[in-house]
Amino acid sequence: MEAQIAERVQCYHCGEDCNTSPIQLDDKLFCCEGCKMVYSLLNKSGLCEYYDLNQNPGINQKITVRQGKFAFLQDEKIMQQLISFKDETQSHVTLYLPQIHCSSCLWLLDNLPKLNDNVISSKVNFVRKEVEIIFNHAKFSLEEVAVLLTSIGYEPYISLNDLGKKKPRVSRKMIFQLGVAGFCFANVMLMSFPEYLGLEKSEEYLQYFFRYINLALALPVFFYSAQPFYVSAWGSLKQKFLNIDAPIVLAIFVTFFRSLYEILTSTGSGYFDSMTGIVFFMLIGRVLQDRTYQRLSFDRDYTSYFPIAVSVLKDGKEIPTALPDVKAGDTLLIHNEELVPADGIITRGHGYIDYSFVTGESIPVTKEMGEIIYAGGKQKGANIELLVIKEVAQSYLTKLWNNGDSQKKEQQQKKSFVHALSRYFTIILFSIALVTAIYWAFVDPAKIWSAVTAILIVACPCALLLSNTFTNGNVLRILSRNGFYLRNAETIEEIAKVDSVVFDKTGTLTNAHKHDIEYIGEEISKETEQQIAALASQSNHPLSRSLAEFLGKNTATRVVDFTEETGLGTSGLVNGTLLAIGSGEFITGHRNAHEEGTRVYVSVNKHFVGYFTFRNHYRQIESCIDQLKNKVALSVISGDNSSEKSSLGKIFGSNSKLLFNQKPDDKLAYIQSLQNNGRTVMMLGDGLNDAAALMQSNVGVAITDDSNNFTPASDAILEAGKLNKLAGFIRICKLNKRIVIASFILSIIYNIIGLSFAVQGNLSPLIAAILMPSSSLSIILLTFGASNLLSKYEL
Amino acid sequence: MSVIVILLIASISVAALFLGAFIWNIKSGQYDDEYGSSIRILFDDTSKETKIK
Repeated sequence: MEAQIAERVQCYHCGEDCNTSPIQLDDKLFCCEGCKMVYSLLNKSGLCEYYDLNQNPGINQKITVRQGKFAFLQDEKIMQQLISFKDETQSHVTLYLPQIHCSSCLWLLDNLPKLNDNVISSKVNFVRKEVEIIFNHAKFSLEEVAVLLTSIGYEPYISLNDLGKKKPRVSRKMIFQLGVAGFCFANVMLMSFPEYLGLEKSEEYLQYFFRYINLALALPVFFYSAQPFYVSAWGSLKQKFLNIDAPIVLAIFVTFFRSLYEILTSTGSGYFDSMTGIVFFMLIGRVLQDRTYQRLSFDRDYTSYFPIAVSVLKDGKEIPTALPDVKAGDTLLIHNEELVPADGIITRGHGYIDYSFVTGESIPVTKEMGEIIYAGGKQKGANIELLVIKEVAQSYLTKLWNNGDSQKKEQQQKKSFVHALSRYFTIILFSIALVTAIYWAFVDPAKIWSAVTAILIVACPCALLLSNTFTNGNVLRILSRNGFYLRNAETIEEIAKVDSVVFDKTGTLTNAHKHDIEYIGEEISKETEQQIAALASQSNHPLSRSLAEFLGKNTATRVVDFTEETGLGTSGLVNGTLLAIGSGEFITGHRNAHEEGTRVYVSVNKHFVGYFTFRNHYRQIESCIDQLKNKVALSVISGDNSSEKSSLGKIFGSNSKLLFNQKPDDKLAYIQSLQNNGRTVMMLGDGLNDAAALMQSNVGVAITDDSNNFTPASDAILEAGKLNKLAGFIRICKLNKRIVIASFILSIIYNIIGLSFAVQGNLSPLIAAILMPSSSLSIILLTFGASNLLSKYEL
Repeated sequence: MSVIVILLIASISVAALFLGAFIWNIKSGQYDDEYGSSIRILFDDTSKETKIK
């Protein structure tokens, strides 16, 4: 019998391969009812431009969202937390829509008011994947907004994190301060030119005019733009610690008040040009260094993963309840694709739990009635009922989380080497100032003040701060372009110190969504393989999907009598052959407790022929591990059994430590033991079960296949495809410190020139005005050039 | 010579105007979503016509 081969048909809405029976409407083909419904809804409202902007822009609707899923949005308490503004007629709400991916999404969501009159306006923030919706709450409820979005394929993601604390808006204050400083700096420079070039006697009144304008322009810089430095210096002084901002603030104060004195007494023109200049350049450095990644979050805790509300069963009725109100002893109803929010015992139904959030393993595990399931898993399949044994905040996972959290805080008092360097610098500076003062006290006491203040003005460690912030900012930029995102600049220094690297296995070293598949058993023909592929592509189970992909997706062959038993297997008639694939129990009838790895058994016409084994697919790490092996101590800690010890051992070599069967607690303890031995540890992990270890480690790196995905709290986020560059990243962070020191030495040369004028008591504003910007600019150029060059060489 | 004074005041006022525009830019959130704005400008503006009917 010949296989029916149809041409590949793509769904008009979502672009997925249509199965053997596409649904037709207006000469367009759809893969499922859901996609067709979205199309007809948009068609009715004249919004079909959606399909013109991009091909097949839609979101697949095969997995339907159950009715009443958003019933919890009727709850007054939850509603209040979500709505950001409310008056008599309208409410404002900002919802997170992770499905946003293309310009069509943007267009459609911006045009929401056309779809429903009660939506007054909607505006998408594409980078953050958020939409801000203003709606008429007299006619429309928040629940209806969520249902409306869901009906066009954009189901809002509302997590427990949205409850409680409001997210702080991105701070724009420093940008304003920078703008003001830049404006004042440029104009002060302009006004100072006549002074530099010299004015004729007849134009003396102009000189005063220029000076007072300069004074007026310096005021906003002194009182407004320089604030971040005051705050930081004051903060460090309160902790009895001298950071780099303290001498800078001193220099700013000395410069300002000496200039003020000179202008008011008409004895000189002051150094406002230098002062505004250094504040401006230092602010640029700060802004560069403090850049944030809007779409990434380094502070996710379990609340971002957990739903905001869950269905509690009371007297046979489903009551949507906010998660913090769930008590031990409640019975929860967990629907398909819903997260288990608390530890509990299954009282009804078959649990089929995907723990990929937790362990990074995407193949679901089966749990039967009476078994305990821990929070964090996702139910796949039919509804289950769950008796809560521990409240949300008390569950195994969340406790682990809080455990790691408290320990991290103690560590946070780390001090950058820049502060130590600036302290020496300050001590030397004060000694020079003191010596100069003593010298002039004997020679010409009138010159003491001018000489000492000139020293403090010219030798401010701003060059050190500049070289540090600019190098850090540039390194952050280079790393982020290569898919390695750091939480902040301090992380660079921490990475430079790392001498032990610890890897999680599943999901970190291996790709959870890819498997190496091997067939073991009686020989089967190519035709049978194709038939197995056809059967497997009918199922939504992750193993079936991998198998179908492996055998070459076959959606053309017709499968009749298709049945699927969730978590067990599927069977069907393919071209007259009765095929079944599934677990050992499903196919052979008895359970093999000792089987290694994951297997899918196959039977043809009820005769068992063999099985496919699934092994984790390792990412390309060999070259990276090879480079790291000789420089740092490597370890792998895995929650899995030791079946892959030999293959890992080959990659990692004999000096590395490989630990298996590790619980999250063990991972945390292992990191702690390394730290107690004086080691600086970098931990790479991906799941919630690594969260505590990530937080405990000096540098926690979360690995993600897609930077839009959720990652546990960490110091850095690394795109999984870039894991092989890890050794290069570490080297760049180490070089970062050298660049800072090199440019600091350069700045000291400038300082010596400046100081040689200052100690003699004749630092003219012109010399200061040339020295300051030229030293700043040359340092900026040096740091940018050096770090760009090195990154080209290293990556 | 007082013409220089007037010119300087004029130039600073113009510069201040730009500073004001910059601050307004930032405040109104024009830089919050760089990708979104770059796409939005390419959409045909049909919204008003359809609303009226």
